[in-house]
Amino acid sequence: MAPSLSTEVCPSLTIGAPTMLASGILGISADVFARVAEAGAGAVVTKSVSREPRDGYQNPTVTGVRGGGWLNAVGLSNPGAGSMAGMLAAAAGGRRGAPVIVSLVGSAGPEFEQMAGLFEEECGGAVAAYELNLSCPHVARVGLEVGDDPALVREVVRATKGATGAPVIAKVGLGSARYMDTVEAALAAGADAITAINTVRAMSIDVAAMRPVLSNGIGGLSGPPIRPIAVRCVYEIALQHGAPVIGCGGVSCWEDAVEFMLAGASAVQVGSAVAGAGWVGVFSEINAGVRRYMEDNGFSGVREVVGLAVQRR
Amino acid sequence: MRAVEEVVQETPTVRTLAFTDAAMHAALPGQFAMVWAPGAGELPMSVMVHRGEGKAAFTVRRHGPASSGLFGTAVGGLIGVRGPYGNSFDVRRGRLLLVGGGTGMVPLMRLLSRAGGDDDVTVLIGARTAGEVFFEEAAGRPPGGSGSRAVEVSTEDGSRGRKGLVTAAAEEALGAGRFDAVYTCGPELMMLGVVRAATARGVFVQASLERVMKCGVGMCGSCCAGADIVCRDGTVFDGDHLLANPDFGRSYRNKAGAPEAYGDARGAPAPGAGIGSR
Repeated sequence: MAPSLSTEVCPSLTIGAPTMLASGILGISADVFARVAEAGAGAVVTKSVSREPRDGYQNPTVTGVRGGGWLNAVGLSNPGAGSMAGMLAAAAGGRRGAPVIVSLVGSAGPEFEQMAGLFEEECGGAVAAYELNLSCPHVARVGLEVGDDPALVREVVRATKGATGAPVIAKVGLGSARYMDTVEAALAAGADAITAINTVRAMSIDVAAMRPVLSNGIGGLSGPPIRPIAVRCVYEIALQHGAPVIGCGGVSCWEDAVEFMLAGASAVQVGSAVAGAGWVGVFSEINAGVRRYMEDNGFSGVREVVGLAVQRR
Repeated sequence: MRAVEEVVQETPTVRTLAFTDAAMHAALPGQFAMVWAPGAGELPMSVMVHRGEGKAAFTVRRHGPASSGLFGTAVGGLIGVRGPYGNSFDVRRGRLLLVGGGTGMVPLMRLLSRAGGDDDVTVLIGARTAGEVFFEEAAGRPPGGSGSRAVEVSTEDGSRGRKGLVTAAAEEALGAGRFDAVYTCGPELMMLGVVRAATARGVFVQASLERVMKCGVGMCGSCCAGADIVCRDGTVFDGDHLLANPDFGRSYRNKAGAPEAYGDARGAPAPGAGIGSR
C-alpha cells in the first residue's frame, strides 16, 4: 500500500498532506485558498488579520536578496478580522479544499479573544485552527514584541483558548528574548502546537541608492537562507518539549520538508517558495517527493518520520 | 539601478523615461517591471518600447507618491528595476484592433512593435480631453510591409477626435469590420466593455489587468482577482476567462486587501500604480 501523506498536526487537527500555505502568502482570498488546496496544500493559513484593517507599508515592501532568499516588510496589510470572517462564511457554503487556519495578530489578550470570538460566531465551522502571530518582525507593538514578553504570550494564548474550542497554534520567531521562553509560555498556557519560525529580522541596502531598499528599512528574511536556523529551532522544541511542531522557513523542495519532519515537525509551511518557477505547483511537488521518500524507506505514514533525527547524532 | 538617459514630456502629467537594460528591452508585450524611485516608492509599470539598441522605457502618469517620484526623476537619476514579470499578449496576425485608455496605451505600443509589417492594425486611443492624448503619432507610423496603421482618438469632452468613450468607438469598429484579434488595456470598466463587445462577435480578445501589487512575483497575493493572481497568471488574460472571473469589472482589492467595487466608468477607482489604467 502506498504510504499516506495524512498527518496529525496535533491531536485535534489532522490534515491530508503535510504541506501548508504559510501565513502572509497569497492569503486574502477564499478563491485563492481553494486553488492552493487544489494544488496540494494540506491546509492554508490566512494572512494575519487584525481587529481593524491595515494598509501596510508603502512599496518597496518585498525585495529579492542577492545570494538567495527574500526580504519583506509588507506591514501586516490585511482587510481586518470582520472582512475575513465574512469572506470565509460566504465561502463555507460551497466549500472545496483544505482546512483553513486563521492567523491572528494583535497586542493583547482581549483583542485575540474578540477576534477569535468573531470568527467562531461568523464562521466557526470553517476555521480548522487559529495560529497566533507572535513573531512578525517588522511592526511595532505586535508580533515579535508580543512574543518577546512571556507574560503577554500566556495572556494571548489563554484569551484565544477561552474563545474557541479549535486548536490554537503559536507561531514563534527569533526576537530579542530567548525564543524558547515564548514556546514554553505558549505551551504552558495551553497552545496545542508551535509553528517555528517566522521571518528573521534583516535589512538590505542598495549600494547605488545608498539607502535601505524596503520603505520600512527593516524587514524579515525568508527563503532558503533561514532554513537551517528553522530546522534547529524545530529540533530544539521537539527535543525539549516533545510538543507538536509545524516547521516553517525556507521549505522549497521535498528534501527540505523531510528535513523538518526528521527534526520533529509533523507538517511544514511553504511560503516564499511559491515565487519559484513551479508557482503553486510546489505543493504537489513536495507532497510527491515526501511520498516517494516514505516508499523508498519503508515508512507507511508521516508519523513514522517525524522526529527520527532527534537524539540521533 | 539604472540611470535615466532621456525624458520625454508626453502630456503635462505624463512622461516617458528611457534607460538601458537588455532584459527590459527584450520584454514581451504586456510584461511589467517593479520600478523603484528611491525615497518615493515602488510601483508596477508596463515596459514601454524604445527603438534604441538595448533600451526600454517607462511611461508614467504623476498621481501618488511613487509615480510622482518616478515622474520627477531627471536625466541621470537612478531607478531600480526588477522583472520583467508576468505573461504577455498572444500577438496574432491579420487585422488587429488595439483599444487603449490613458497609460494603458503602453503595453499596446510594445504589442504594436511586435505586429507584423503586413498586418492591418487599428488603434483606438481614449482620453478625457485633448491634452491627455499621447502616442497618437507613434501609433500611426506606417509599418515596413504591406499592412496599414489607423489611429482614432476619442475624448470624453470632444476636444479631440470623436466625442465619447473609446468603448463606443470599439463597438463601432467591431460592428463595421472583421478583426482577427482585439487587445485592450486601460480602466477596467473600459476593458469590460471591449471584452464584451469582442466576445459577443466571437472575436479573440485579451485584456491586461491592473491590481494593487506589492511583490510582483506571486507571493503576497495583493493582486488577486477571483482565483487569479494577476502578477503571475496575468496580467494578460483571455476575454472568456475574464468574463468567468467574478471580480472582473466588478471589484478590486484595496491596499488592505478588502474588496471594493468599481464605480461608474468615469469615477472608477484606480487600484494600483500604473500598469495600465491611468
